[in-house]
Amino acid sequence: MRRPPVPTDRRGWRRNLGLPKLHGTPPLDHRLTRRKALAGLASLLGGGAVAVAGTRSARGAEDTGAVHGEHSPEHMKSSMHAGFANGGRVDPVANGFDPSAIARDFDWGRTRRLANGRTRREWNLVAVDKEIEVAPGVKFAAWTYNGRVPAPTLRCREGDLLRVHFLNAGSHPHTIHFHGIHPALMDGVPGIGEEVGGGLVASGQQFTYEFEAGPFGLHLYHCHATPLSAHIAKGLYGAFIIDPKDERPPAHELVMVMNGFDTNFDGSNEIYAVNTIGFHYLHEPLRVRRGELVRIYLVNVLEFDQINSFHVHANFFHYYPTGTSLTPAEYTDTIVQGQGQRGILELRFPFTGRYMFHAHKTEFAELGWMGFFEVVD
Amino acid sequence: MAGRSTEPPEKTTGPNLWLLGSLPLVVIGAAVALFAALGAPGLGERRGPPVEELAVERTVLRPGEIELRVRTDGPDPVRVAQVAVNDAYVDFRSSEQEVRRLGSATLTIAYPWIEGEAYEISLLTSTGATIVHEIGVAVETAGGGAHLFGLMALLGTYVGILPVMLGMLWLPWLRRLGDGAVRVLMALTIGLLLFLAIDATLEGVETANEGSQALGGASLVFLGAIVAYVAISAVDVFLRARRRQAGAEGLHLALLISIGIGLHNLGEGLAVGAAYATGALALGALLVVGFALHNTTEGLAVVAPIARSRPSLARLATLGVIAGGPAILGAWIGTAAFSPTVTAFLLGIGVGAIIQVVVQLAPLIRNPEGRYLHPWSAIGLVGGIAILYVTGLLISF
Repeated sequence: MRRPPVPTDRRGWRRNLGLPKLHGTPPLDHRLTRRKALAGLASLLGGGAVAVAGTRSARGAEDTGAVHGEHSPEHMKSSMHAGFANGGRVDPVANGFDPSAIARDFDWGRTRRLANGRTRREWNLVAVDKEIEVAPGVKFAAWTYNGRVPAPTLRCREGDLLRVHFLNAGSHPHTIHFHGIHPALMDGVPGIGEEVGGGLVASGQQFTYEFEAGPFGLHLYHCHATPLSAHIAKGLYGAFIIDPKDERPPAHELVMVMNGFDTNFDGSNEIYAVNTIGFHYLHEPLRVRRGELVRIYLVNVLEFDQINSFHVHANFFHYYPTGTSLTPAEYTDTIVQGQGQRGILELRFPFTGRYMFHAHKTEFAELGWMGFFEVVD
Repeated sequence: MAGRSTEPPEKTTGPNLWLLGSLPLVVIGAAVALFAALGAPGLGERRGPPVEELAVERTVLRPGEIELRVRTDGPDPVRVAQVAVNDAYVDFRSSEQEVRRLGSATLTIAYPWIEGEAYEISLLTSTGATIVHEIGVAVETAGGGAHLFGLMALLGTYVGILPVMLGMLWLPWLRRLGDGAVRVLMALTIGLLLFLAIDATLEGVETANEGSQALGGASLVFLGAIVAYVAISAVDVFLRARRRQAGAEGLHLALLISIGIGLHNLGEGLAVGAAYATGALALGALLVVGFALHNTTEGLAVVAPIARSRPSLARLATLGVIAGGPAILGAWIGTAAFSPTVTAFLLGIGVGAIIQVVVQLAPLIRNPEGRYLHPWSAIGLVGGIAILYVTGLLISF
């Protein structure tokens, strides 16, 4: 979360503690002098109220090693666990989507075997405005494909013929821009193809994107209407997986779309997450089996911030940038992605237990982008 | 019938006057009730999203905990859904689910803050808006209790009562001065008071701007000043009417000045107490000495009008307590229940009281030709302002 500029256009925003001029918030430079003065001077009038802040942090330290699934209010009060207030959750039923389901939801589309032996896959994507809860008690007026953020994970094989029927039922014009190799008309960019119904698709209009799947790897799709950052920040994006013709080894597969929400429209995010809901996987850990191959499709669509990152605790993974090669590029426990970058992670957990994963930009982690794997036998 | 027409009109209009006067009020009340009951017909819903404004009025830091008292300034109720401290969501509880207009709530945030560090607290509302509050330097807030009570009494005595009484020690010297010198001293007193009035006004406006605006903001300083001026003027007329025969004009003036300065010191004590409670005030020797010097001149102002009379020692002591004592009261209020709004209003009352005193004193600086501004009064006025300016430099904390 970027710190907002000091004078702000919203009244009531930046209210320092209301003290008369004698004692306004001092500039940081003066802090040292101030503290010295405090320490030295309290004696004069016997002011013994200098803080005892150290005692509490020592107490908090007892808890940090332990791992708990339930964050009862009682518990949170004394512990320093990350999470929203009172261990609050977002109701997936009210939102209409559940990050736990999204992580394992791959949409292969409606398939049809063509005469030449190729497979044709078809999807319907509908842009709709929808208010969603992005943190407990915090509503966000999102724009979605099919009512969920992130949008459905579209999955196909290299060489498949893809047809995406797009209906814009939202209040603003939208497009679908796929990352991949395709003709200009299918690129979902305003100004290109409006004469045949493509380009910018007005409210109530529809268009079918049709192209061949390639290259294999992990890609993404998103709206490309202007202003671009607004259309992406509002929630119009999803993962797009093209499997190689020779399949990857079987694995427990998970999708993680790293995103965030600028709830106050100041051009920086208040909430960070994978698959939209901050801290969701802290409460609902992603359960995997010990020793099994886990494959994570990791996409960064985070708007406003320049980089995002992924770090897994107590383990290392093979990293396939963009998934376009079957040979891993790196064996590591932390990777960094810019906006639009993505990659495939493969790892096995040798031990049971709960293992954290989070952005190693720790600010993002503490603002929601944090979760657990739960490894069981 | 004929007899009625002979009745004096006063008797029949007596009750009717009240009835006629209240009739419009009754009609207005009924119209408002009807309008509200019908849901403001024809106006429809307000356009646009809710306006969420929250003022943080008080910050209390305890080990492992930060407490904020917030007040809704805007027209719409505010729900604080989440709280982030230095860009990390934290656990908190709120005394109210929803803070209605002008209502207040206490947010208790669990956070292991570190002494001396700076914190930015971001309150995320249910609509996703943020209200940011900064803690410049985290220091544990002085809690209540006998110790703090005693400490504030001592502080009030140091910066209020003692300096004023010390200043009154100029009385014997004043008595030996000629009329011209007394006029200079009166002008000096007015200069001192003008400085205090300006200083307190600015301080009040600044304080008010940090608090809830819906409750009046900076206008409270001026409203307080008007209220105090009018009230003290009324008291003045009342007292004059009662002791016209006594002829103690000097003592009367001194009492008015004491009240005015006392009200000023109430606001000053409030500011000092609040600053101490929140750790923004270092109780340094320099601070106390500066305040003492500053306020010593107030003692001079109290005794200047009684240079020609001979009041008893008890009377003098009473004057000193009236002028300096409220500093203690202010310090207590400041540590117990600091609110920028209340502080601003009290500072405004002090300003009004001081201006009233200036108006009272003004005739005493006239020279034999009846002119207010002459070389000697000018020297006194500027000198008074200069003295407080210089001693004020010592207490810039």
